Amino acid sequence: MTEQTDIRPRQSWQRVTVAVPYLWLFIFFLAPFAIILKISVADPVLAQPPFTPSFGESGDLQITADNFAFLLTDKLYAITYLRSVVMAFMATVLCLALGFPIAYGITRASATTRNVLLLLVVLPFWISFLLRVYAWMGLLNTHGVINNFLLWLGVIDQPISMMYTDFAIYVGLVYSYLPFMILPLYATLERMDLDLVDAAQDLGATSTKAFWDITWPLARPGVIAGCLLVFIPATGEYVIPYLLGGPESLLIGRVLFDEFFVNRDWPLASAVAVVLLFLVVVPIVLLQRNLARDAEQAT
Amino acid sequence: MTDEPDKPAFIEVRDLSKHFDDFAAVDSVNLKIEKGELFSILGGSGCGKTTLLRMLAGFESPTSGRIYLDGSDITEQPPYERPVNMMFQSYAIFPHMTVERNVGYGLRKDRLPRDEIDSRVQDILKLVQLESFAKRKPEQLSGGQKQRVALARALVKNPKVLLLDEPLAALDKKLREYTQFELMNIQDRLGITFIVVTHDQEEAMILSSRIAVMQKGRFEQIGRPKEVYEFPKNRFVADFIGTINTFEGVVQDARDGRVIVASDESGSSLYALSDDPPATGSNVCVAVRPEKIYISQGRPDNTEDSCLPGVIEDLGYFGNISLYRIRLETGKIVQVSAQNRQRTIDRALEWDDEIFISWRPRSAVLLTT
Repeated sequence: MTEQTDIRPRQSWQRVTVAVPYLWLFIFFLAPFAIILKISVADPVLAQPPFTPSFGESGDLQITADNFAFLLTDKLYAITYLRSVVMAFMATVLCLALGFPIAYGITRASATTRNVLLLLVVLPFWISFLLRVYAWMGLLNTHGVINNFLLWLGVIDQPISMMYTDFAIYVGLVYSYLPFMILPLYATLERMDLDLVDAAQDLGATSTKAFWDITWPLARPGVIAGCLLVFIPATGEYVIPYLLGGPESLLIGRVLFDEFFVNRDWPLASAVAVVLLFLVVVPIVLLQRNLARDAEQAT
Repeated sequence: MTDEPDKPAFIEVRDLSKHFDDFAAVDSVNLKIEKGELFSILGGSGCGKTTLLRMLAGFESPTSGRIYLDGSDITEQPPYERPVNMMFQSYAIFPHMTVERNVGYGLRKDRLPRDEIDSRVQDILKLVQLESFAKRKPEQLSGGQKQRVALARALVKNPKVLLLDEPLAALDKKLREYTQFELMNIQDRLGITFIVVTHDQEEAMILSSRIAVMQKGRFEQIGRPKEVYEFPKNRFVADFIGTINTFEGVVQDARDGRVIVASDESGSSLYALSDDPPATGSNVCVAVRPEKIYISQGRPDNTEDSCLPGVIEDLGYFGNISLYRIRLETGKIVQVSAQNRQRTIDRALEWDDEIFISWRPRSAVLLTT
């Protein structure tokens, strides 16, 4: 009996600590998502708020799948989703290709150099994101810094048009999201015992083979975390394509914004958001399951 | 040892140096090791022993000098081409592979047929008594089991030389003693040349056929354990291996191999034997190990022995032996150990007893450097 009374306060505290993140997720993710979901099955009206309530005056349920159906009928949406996912995927691959050697290099640097390099990786966060994207506009413009420099060097005699192209979007995406790739990769690589690579080479693996046999599989948790941190926000990215991309490179973030604020079609915009969420959630669930399976094999 | 000057020994290291910036971690070292030896490189931390081992494995390229193995120059060979395998101090077991896959890794890199890999892995796991652990992941193993996985993984490729970096340092005392003998048995059975790097002199003494004592990137002495212990070449070796009492002095007379040293530190004349006695008047050091000293309550009759009066300052009873700290008239402390041959409760010797310590001339080592 005394045991129980002793344990109870600790258990309740444990419950509180576990409850906090759940509460947080409920208030700031699940509840807003429920509202978006509710709006996505309503009809648009010219009123305040600009959608029909879920229950009619007589209490009958009035929901519709029209908005989702509309997303299917207009090919524009499918193409835009696809383009967004492809661009985010490419940007993720580019970030990984650039970020891995950087993260690897940082772990191999001496302790003091390492801290300086890590500081340089996070330094851009001290400047407003918007300002940094604007800075790229100044660099990539037809009469921007890069073109002027190349003209002055005589490498080109006509300015290259980089602004308002997919190239500019990729530059913006990779530049902005690279730290999110480097940091988790660094965290995993830094924990790795360097003797492991030596041991692989000692047992007959060339440095390339040792990398693929040892370093790469052990870095996988970092690779997956980095890829998710880049892919998810890049898919719905609005500012970078809006400022750096051309009018023809319509991405889903832009569509979402326009439906909400230009067309004031909240139900359709909500439907776009719901579909986007599922497009992003599916790969996460797959990856998580993959990770869980690996963890299970490990034990 | 081979007498032909040009034919290198099984393993031969010639004038090998490794500099890191201005610091010489290994300083023109020469070494010959014969096939089937269990050779230890013994030294304190930072003496260059690990750097030397890493050069033998191929992880560090020497600044100068050459390494020969079984007649061929392997100095420029990358680690994955050398017929040499290493057991790491951290064991470096691949955490994402089972025991079986860890052990088979090297054979897979050699692209051997699967049946052969499987049977060789099974054989070597049997040798280290880990057959039932083949499917385990490294995190499910104890320290001793990990050590055996590391050993099996390094042995399975049948290397010409096995390098072991502090192989027993991470094990607790009991397991270490057991593993020492197991290592020797395995080495004996397979006939593979072992080179062990260690800071533990006891481990080196028990394991090795020969020991190289290393300090500041150089070898101070290379010899069999007994040679290194009983005939240390210089003060560093004498002091590093085991316990030793040293008395500074000046050579007074040397005749017929018998050297008389006037030692102010001991307050008396000391005797030692030497085939190549140092010149009269030169500074020397007479060194004698604790177990070679007798304690007696009266002055011994034998005048040939070195004999010094003293007082028992401290004594410790260890069961099988007793350790004494004797204070001489000059104030110097001498350590003496004695077997407890008699079964008795009352001690023959007690604190503050006035006694004499003595030792045979040939028990003393005469050190000139």
